[in-house]
Amino acid sequence: MHRARGHHKIFLGMAAGVGKTYRMLQEGQADAEAGRDVVIGHLEPHGRTETIVQADGLEMIPRRRVRYRGTELEEMDLPAILRRRPELALIDELAHTNAPGVEHEKRYEDIEDVLAGGIDVFSTVNVQHLESLNDQIAELTGIRVRETVPDAILGSADEVVLIDITPQSLIERLLAGKVYPGERIEAALSNFFKLENLSALREVALRQVAEEVEAKRMPSEVSGRPRNERLIDTAAPQAVGERLLALITPHPRSQRIVRRAWRSAQRLGAELDLLWVADHEPDRDEQEQVEALRRLASVLGAHLLIERGDDVALVTQRVANERGTTYVLMGTPRSRSAFSRLTRPALPFRLLRLLPGVDVRIVADRTQRTERGAS
Amino acid sequence: MSAVLIALAVLLAAALATVLVRDRVRRPARPPVATARRILFPFVAHGLSPAALDAALRLARAEDATLVPVFLARVSLDLPLDTPLPRQCASAIPLQEAIELRAAKFAVAVDARIERGRSCRHALRQAIASERFDRIVIAAAAEDGHGFHADDVRWLLDNAFDVEIVVLRPGKAEQLVSSTQAQSPRILRTGR
Repeated sequence: MHRARGHHKIFLGMAAGVGKTYRMLQEGQADAEAGRDVVIGHLEPHGRTETIVQADGLEMIPRRRVRYRGTELEEMDLPAILRRRPELALIDELAHTNAPGVEHEKRYEDIEDVLAGGIDVFSTVNVQHLESLNDQIAELTGIRVRETVPDAILGSADEVVLIDITPQSLIERLLAGKVYPGERIEAALSNFFKLENLSALREVALRQVAEEVEAKRMPSEVSGRPRNERLIDTAAPQAVGERLLALITPHPRSQRIVRRAWRSAQRLGAELDLLWVADHEPDRDEQEQVEALRRLASVLGAHLLIERGDDVALVTQRVANERGTTYVLMGTPRSRSAFSRLTRPALPFRLLRLLPGVDVRIVADRTQRTERGAS
Repeated sequence: MSAVLIALAVLLAAALATVLVRDRVRRPARPPVATARRILFPFVAHGLSPAALDAALRLARAEDATLVPVFLARVSLDLPLDTPLPRQCASAIPLQEAIELRAAKFAVAVDARIERGRSCRHALRQAIASERFDRIVIAAAAEDGHGFHADDVRWLLDNAFDVEIVVLRPGKAEQLVSSTQAQSPRILRTGR
């Protein structure tokens, strides 16, 4: 009999020790009590007593032994899970890299097979393992993890549950020996488990889940992913997920707009797009400025877009609609002649009319304010 | 009838002229325009020497040049060189804004940059390689270690041989503006 693809629920945390595995087991126990056939496909309790106790009573699929370069390693037994065909498998550590010689290189690929076999899966992962966040987190914490998971795995999960505790509570748990054994506590505290690292990771994890919620809310044609079946309501009010679009020209004064837009984007936790609507081929000076803006966009993590067009407002409208923009930022419009003011509304007014529901913000030149203040 | 038409035309012309003149009066002063001569002013994350900045601005004003303040960002070896650096940018951007405000007082045009490299020297090399500069103004290291050290200056003299280089000695009473202090650009000050 054909079984539909299983349901995948991921427990996401900011760091080891927040309680992802514990929560996964807790929910697994609740499902088992409700009469579902639940097994533990793979568990890494790291010697944590609370976690081991929570696994009590659940059937565990024994690990298999794999020989690699004369060493015997233990891995999750994927064929055994598929043969056992439970309703729900609990599989710890989604980002794990398997020993060579088993079916797949990565555990998330094993999980794909389990889901394809019609088995529901609960799994766990820390935010620093997400591919797109790996660089950002390495910069924030100074520590790079080698095992990464494509963002699409999180994106395609049916549910993502954030296991959130405050950094202070996590450090208390660590000091109480609930995360690592005594001999590893000091090393952990002086390396990864610093308050500033954990605060940064927590922020990233919270944002990631907010973005996932937003992405699932967006229609498939905007997100580019086939999510119709999980679409909540395209007309639902937008609670999270801002996206900024800064209108620039290849001129040094545009850097001011980019900087201010980037600071706003940082405060909002939003993506930033930079748009130049080019109505001509750039000359040598403009090409240099475009290159400078490209490098600036790269170091800031923004996206530089160059679109050809004669009408800035219409091109901005199209790009804003395509990219789900919620804010448009632009420099002070050039002063116009009385005749052009009579014949055509200014760009900000046209944008307000063309982009209902989108904020339009004019970035002032603060050097002008200083001058006026001094005079 | 024609007298009324003439009177109306005169009134209309007068109103139009008033609008145009008022526009010109209201128009704010134009910001400094970028010029062909360019002065590179590199600085690092630990702070910014106001005295060196002022010297660079005085030079730029005297030479009618554009000042190019370049924040040198370090990328650790385990990250790709083109990786985004939000934390360092959060330090760089308030400093760049402070420089722009300062430059406005000197009526000097600014074209700021953030350049990445494995070290400050590498970032500086990238900056010099990617654009043309007529002059480089650098602040020698102060007693507390900020700025460029003697071997950096020697390296620059060896590697940027087609550019004039001005090395500024830091004053003892000078106060360095840290990245956090520069959150409010008004804090920028000199100790001289």
